[in-house]
Amino acid sequence: MKTIKILGSGCPKCKALYTNTEAAIKALGLDCSLEKVTDMKEIVKSGVMSTPALVIDGVVKSSGRVISPEEIKKLLAWPTHE
Amino acid sequence: MESNQLKRQILWLISASVLWVVAYICLEPLSRWAAFELLGLAEGSHLGEAVAFFLLDVPKVMLLLVIVVFGVGIVRTFFTPERTRRFLVGRRELTGNIFAALLGVVTPFCSCSAVPLFIGFVTAGVPLGVTFSFLVAAPMVNEVAVVLLFGLFGWKVTLLYISTGLFIALVSGWIIGRLKLEKWVEKWVYENQASTTNEDDPTWPERIDAGVLAVREIVGKVWLYVILGIAVGAGIHGYVPEGWMASVMGRGAWWSVPAAVVIGVPLYSNAAGIIPIVQALLGKGAALGTALAFMMAVIGISLPEAVILRRVLRPQLLAVFFGIVAVGIIAVGYFFNLVFG
Repeated sequence: MKTIKILGSGCPKCKALYTNTEAAIKALGLDCSLEKVTDMKEIVKSGVMSTPALVIDGVVKSSGRVISPEEIKKLLAWPTHE
Repeated sequence: MESNQLKRQILWLISASVLWVVAYICLEPLSRWAAFELLGLAEGSHLGEAVAFFLLDVPKVMLLLVIVVFGVGIVRTFFTPERTRRFLVGRRELTGNIFAALLGVVTPFCSCSAVPLFIGFVTAGVPLGVTFSFLVAAPMVNEVAVVLLFGLFGWKVTLLYISTGLFIALVSGWIIGRLKLEKWVEKWVYENQASTTNEDDPTWPERIDAGVLAVREIVGKVWLYVILGIAVGAGIHGYVPEGWMASVMGRGAWWSVPAAVVIGVPLYSNAAGIIPIVQALLGKGAALGTALAFMMAVIGISLPEAVILRRVLRPQLLAVFFGIVAVGIIAVGYFFNLVFG
């Protein structure tokens, strides 16, 4: 199961990325956990300097942009390194 | 598949540029035709000239916005905050401040991520003053302001704005660095450890997509302000008597520069709406330095950003930071009022 995190302080862009990610997960019918991370320390720890960021299984896949559900689907289709 | 996508994008870009050029060339005759033939307004009348001005400037600024925002959107895919940070780590003062101010212009930055960026910079070893140069330049010299200045004032004022903006960023960052104010950074900032991400470099089709996305996002956000600002500006052009602003924003009124800054600060982030109005006031006797100071205060100093930065900066440092930038802007205002007198 993939763990997906959306990093951001709660700005409109972060919410848009969260909605897009939800849509992508639904479209793919994936079984994964999706959570919002708003804690600044945690965001900084992941190395992200521009929010919103999309983190899949601990790897930052995108930051500073609201990517489309299509792009997120591509990122989710990537094989996970267990 | 990727090369096919790129081919399609290039074809699309070529046709869009042709359309763009044709539209730009036709702008002036078309706007005059619309105002004086189609609407039947009298040439030289207040209303006629105001409407012609509006019909010319709105599409002109929009066309310029689309092309510049698209270009900047692509350029910014090359300058990630990570790369900028790597470049700035351990830089000496002054050269570091210069590079930080310049990179502040091209690195993607949104005040909503000012906190992670600030922490990411200082914990990785970017000097505090250098970080501040970046934080001043990033909002002050932005593509929307540059387009509006260029479209409405011409290249001279635009160049003046960009260079003084960079200069203020450089000097204020350098002063903060000299003052050694690390003690006024919130303690928890330094408890973090800098780490890096390994994002893949985008492909060219992705870069072009990023440009398109930037246009959609930014132009989608500012178009209404552009129209409103130019409408008010057109009204001022047509109806406000010459010299009306001379007593308020003219060179004779010594207090006008600081007053312009004080009024400008709370009007944050409406560069698109404020620049056309300032341009119109300039024609009515406002002094160039006062006008520049006002625009810099509106665009470069934002209260929401101060609130956001309060999480990482003690109030003393916040006050020093905004105080130095405000004083810098006021100094620039007086300087240009003197030079262009």
